[in-house]
Amino acid sequence: MSTVATTQIKLTPERSRTSVRSRLQDALPKIVLAPSFAITIVFVYGFILWTIYLSFTNSKTFPSYVITGSRAYQRLWGWTFDTDPPSSWYTSITNMGIFGFLYILICLALGLFLAILLDQKIRGEGVLRPIYLYPMALSFIVTGVAWKWFLDPGLGLEQTLHQWGWTSFHFDWIKNKDFVIYTVVIAGVWQASGFIMAMFLAGLRGIDGEIMKAAQIDGATTFQLYRRIVIPLLRPIFLSAFIVLAHLAIKSYDLVVALTSGGPGGSAWLPSNFMYEYTFKRNEMAVGSASAVIMLMTIVAIIVPYLYSELREKPR
Amino acid sequence: MSTVATPARQASGGINTKLVNRIVIYGLLALFALFYLMPLFVMLVTSFKTMDEIQNGNMLALPKAPTFDPWLKAWGETCVGLTCAGIKGYFWNSIKMVVPAVLISTMLGALNGYVLTKWRFRGATLVFGLMLFACFIPFQSVLLPMATILGSVGRFGVTLQNSVGTSFGLGNSTVNLVFVHVVYGIGFTTLFFRNYYEAFPTELIKAAQVDGASFFQIFRRIMLPNSMPIFVVTVIYQFTNIWNDFLFASAYAGTGDAMPMTVALNNVVNTSTGVVEYNVNMAAAMIAALPTLIVYVVAGRYFVRGLMAGAVKG
Repeated sequence: MSTVATTQIKLTPERSRTSVRSRLQDALPKIVLAPSFAITIVFVYGFILWTIYLSFTNSKTFPSYVITGSRAYQRLWGWTFDTDPPSSWYTSITNMGIFGFLYILICLALGLFLAILLDQKIRGEGVLRPIYLYPMALSFIVTGVAWKWFLDPGLGLEQTLHQWGWTSFHFDWIKNKDFVIYTVVIAGVWQASGFIMAMFLAGLRGIDGEIMKAAQIDGATTFQLYRRIVIPLLRPIFLSAFIVLAHLAIKSYDLVVALTSGGPGGSAWLPSNFMYEYTFKRNEMAVGSASAVIMLMTIVAIIVPYLYSELREKPR
Repeated sequence: MSTVATPARQASGGINTKLVNRIVIYGLLALFALFYLMPLFVMLVTSFKTMDEIQNGNMLALPKAPTFDPWLKAWGETCVGLTCAGIKGYFWNSIKMVVPAVLISTMLGALNGYVLTKWRFRGATLVFGLMLFACFIPFQSVLLPMATILGSVGRFGVTLQNSVGTSFGLGNSTVNLVFVHVVYGIGFTTLFFRNYYEAFPTELIKAAQVDGASFFQIFRRIMLPNSMPIFVVTVIYQFTNIWNDFLFASAYAGTGDAMPMTVALNNVVNTSTGVVEYNVNMAAAMIAALPTLIVYVVAGRYFVRGLMAGAVKG
């Protein structure tokens, strides 16, 4: 009897100790993840709510926390149609449309085109690939500085062609308020298209060679091969590339600053520039916050369906 | 007869078109290579020219008398705002900000990815989804609250400084930027590591658990030694992003001595006082671009390969 009792007495604390330890072990993964998750909740989602809150106040230079309704949004809505003279919000969202559309389209087209060319068993691919890709490593500020110089009518391309004898050549988009946004497209495409090329190239390399061979034996021309078989197979890459580009386009801020300093009369502004100017320079914090919320909603509309399908497709 | 002749004719025609095709392909590739190289080339040659040569010469011409002066001037003498001590201080500011931010966010990403794939719990996908979405938000939507918080922390730091004698780094712009970059970087680093570890054989972890290895032992002995490729990707990605950041830098350290390189460069280039020294501007831009360029040239191939293998899922 006594021996049993002692062993029992001996056992109990040990078991409880192991259970505490094992419970700690079980909780350890969550404890490790918790700080990152908490940071995300507070500094991303909490701050987003805070910005939304601010957009419904009458904050000017300093944040005010008295809700005054949707005046900021009403002003933005009014400005949306203010075309004569165009309001800076009207200019910003029009520019966003032009820039976003052309930037994404040209990057996708150029990226795919270069990837297909590079996939034709090219000698020197190892040299060409980094040449196409390196702009991605540069900061938008550096890209802006380089292109500002290159596109400057008095110093860059125009001047060079004049010296070479083509004196009628005229290219002053960077100083022209109607065309300055297209120079942002040029510089943006220059920077990102190489990366999109790399994405497509990886996709092309992942395609099963047997499918291609079978199609060639069936007499498909190279053009048909790409149009009917390869490009449809690349659909997931198109989607990823689109997400990357859309996200880069809406975030673009630095490039406009460095390349155009906002353009003549703010004619190169994107919504991100509008937000920064109104919040930090024009002391219209509520309007700035409202524009940030609109930017966020645009991103949500694009990204959330994508993330939802990505995370749902691979249940575990 | 004709059936025999046709393939033969086709074959010879095929060789001709093939040759033309090859010429067109190489021509196009070379043309695009020019397009991508041109701005860098112009920037580089301009940075070695004298102002005189820039104003009277051709943008594309090689410098007649290459001079290293613009680089020295950009590094040590040029004016950023009102301080004329070159960009070297701002270069170090960026280094001081980038190194801790990259290391911390990468380590956290590795741990998070490990937990989210090998120690799955209920709701893990939701947690990951919330962290992943954070990668995509336009930072404008958190810019202002963060500025407010950093302002309060700064004031608290001053109070501490006055009462205790040290602010513990609170309110220091570099510390602030490290914090901001870690906070908004862990989404991406977690994504990278999660996707990479997803493919890592879980049996190995199970076996190690049976042998009594603890959570951290498994991480250190099994996961880390096998994570080299994704570490390369994450470090390069974070390094480029943080080094190149302008929005946070200009919002939270836009003035004063803690300014990172990108903000300083923008100030140098947009200074309107005196004669604009294009050669110095270009040299400053090159200095700002060099660290990330070198990283891409040295490790770019691993970056693309790793990124395609795991991070960006097609």
